[in-house]
Amino acid sequence: MIRLTEVEKTYENGTHALKGVSFRVDDGEFVFLVGPSGSGKSTILKLLTAEEAPTAGQVAVNGYNVNTIRPQQVPFLRRSLGVVFQDFRLIDKKTVYENMSFAMRAIGASAREVRKRIPYVLDLVGLGEKGGQFPGQLSGGEQQRVAIARALVNNPNMIIADEPTGNLDPSRSYEIMRLLERINELGTTILVVTHEKELVNRFSKRVLTIENGRIISDRQGGFYGYEKK
Amino acid sequence: MTDRAVFTVMRRNNFSYFLVEGWHGIRSHAFMSFAAIGIITACLLIMGSFSLVAVNMSYNLGMLVEENQFLAYVDDSLTDEEARALQGQVEAVPNVSTVTFITREEAMTAFLEDKEDNHLFQELPASVLRHRYAIHVDDIEQMAATVEAVKQVPGIGGTSAALEIAEGFVTLSNIASAIAFILIAILLVVSLFIISNTIRLATFNRREEIAIMKMCGATDSFVQIPFVVEGVILGLVGAAVSFLLQWGIYEVIVKAVNESGRVQLITLMSFQTLASQVLAIFLFTGLAVGVGGSLLTIRKFLQV
Repeated sequence: MIRLTEVEKTYENGTHALKGVSFRVDDGEFVFLVGPSGSGKSTILKLLTAEEAPTAGQVAVNGYNVNTIRPQQVPFLRRSLGVVFQDFRLIDKKTVYENMSFAMRAIGASAREVRKRIPYVLDLVGLGEKGGQFPGQLSGGEQQRVAIARALVNNPNMIIADEPTGNLDPSRSYEIMRLLERINELGTTILVVTHEKELVNRFSKRVLTIENGRIISDRQGGFYGYEKK
Repeated sequence: MTDRAVFTVMRRNNFSYFLVEGWHGIRSHAFMSFAAIGIITACLLIMGSFSLVAVNMSYNLGMLVEENQFLAYVDDSLTDEEARALQGQVEAVPNVSTVTFITREEAMTAFLEDKEDNHLFQELPASVLRHRYAIHVDDIEQMAATVEAVKQVPGIGGTSAALEIAEGFVTLSNIASAIAFILIAILLVVSLFIISNTIRLATFNRREEIAIMKMCGATDSFVQIPFVVEGVILGLVGAAVSFLLQWGIYEVIVKAVNESGRVQLITLMSFQTLASQVLAIFLFTGLAVGVGGSLLTIRKFLQV
């Protein structure tokens, strides 16, 4: 669950990135966050992962209050989130399987848990046969599936995807969205930050539009708001 | 399984994980690790060599102390009774441990024992010698002062002591300690710096992995421990290598000293009697430098 209440964020260099942003994402929702570059999307993601603290207002994520969170608790907040990036961020010299086990070992999972969990998640993203391959041997779409699998492997209750299809062609992008939709159907909350109008419109989901640091629309049903103005 | 039980299992598994990760770190920048081990080894060897010289000096000094007595001669003008009466005054001098009165007759007998073949000496009357006190001291470093104090006792006509040898040993051992201390301090700082730099390189090589670990929710300590392990391995390997080298060098020197007729004045301790202490000190220093060097880097470069 995400709850932002009247959030302001001004960076040290004076950039006023968020100007009174309020919204709420409940457990089990699938939400698109759309907006042009520099509108404040990245700042929202940084607040959600506690990389930044709000200048004013309240940010709560999965039961953690980002305003008051202690540094020792930040890793536990992050364990409740799976993050997927536009550039995949896989470790090239590790295989698909090793990339995933690395994420599990990072939070102290045992070798037995790793062996049990990874095949299941790889199957879920449709890469059951690719565990032994290196990222360089996979297509962009497959690499992003690995990244999604890695985000899922620690069983977070929410996945945050930052431009997950930015580097993919339209049909791969559609497949990735379908995969996220399926993961959402299995109970994981999904927040997708994206530019891609066509894609958003093909999925009938809730769309939050942010522009110039303000939420300008919050509508159900795949409506890419800011270009319509 | 409850959350707590899962957590315990995870904890136990981490130990081997940290070891493996630390070892991978060393292999991924083998040359730098090799250099770090080399510097630690050099540091420990120099430290060990100076310490062993110091230990052997104080050992030899100790033997000197055991043999060490000086003689205080009683003035000829005193009667036998007056001479014996000085015992209490000599015993009262600070740093004097035992005082034995030796009459001129006893002294002559002892003197002649060595020279039975020589008839010339047999004719000597005991009166050419003086009554004397054999005096042992507690602290050889204060020997000179003690000798002076005994000379001041009325009725004591003079003294003889192996003072110069004793003083020479003390001076040498003090100089060795001072040099060793400065060298050790410098080398420890250098070792810390080298380990710290090696670990910094390790964190740089793995910055991508570190970022991913943090994103996945790894705790700071989980990210940091492999680097501490790496530092510890470097320190301990350096300690083990320098122990073996130190052993070899020491044995070579012992052999050389024993074969050389000229340095029979010096008795070297066997390495076996010192080995466990040397090993313990080396391991402890290696460990301290390894942990210290890695912490130095981690505190600077691995903050979330």
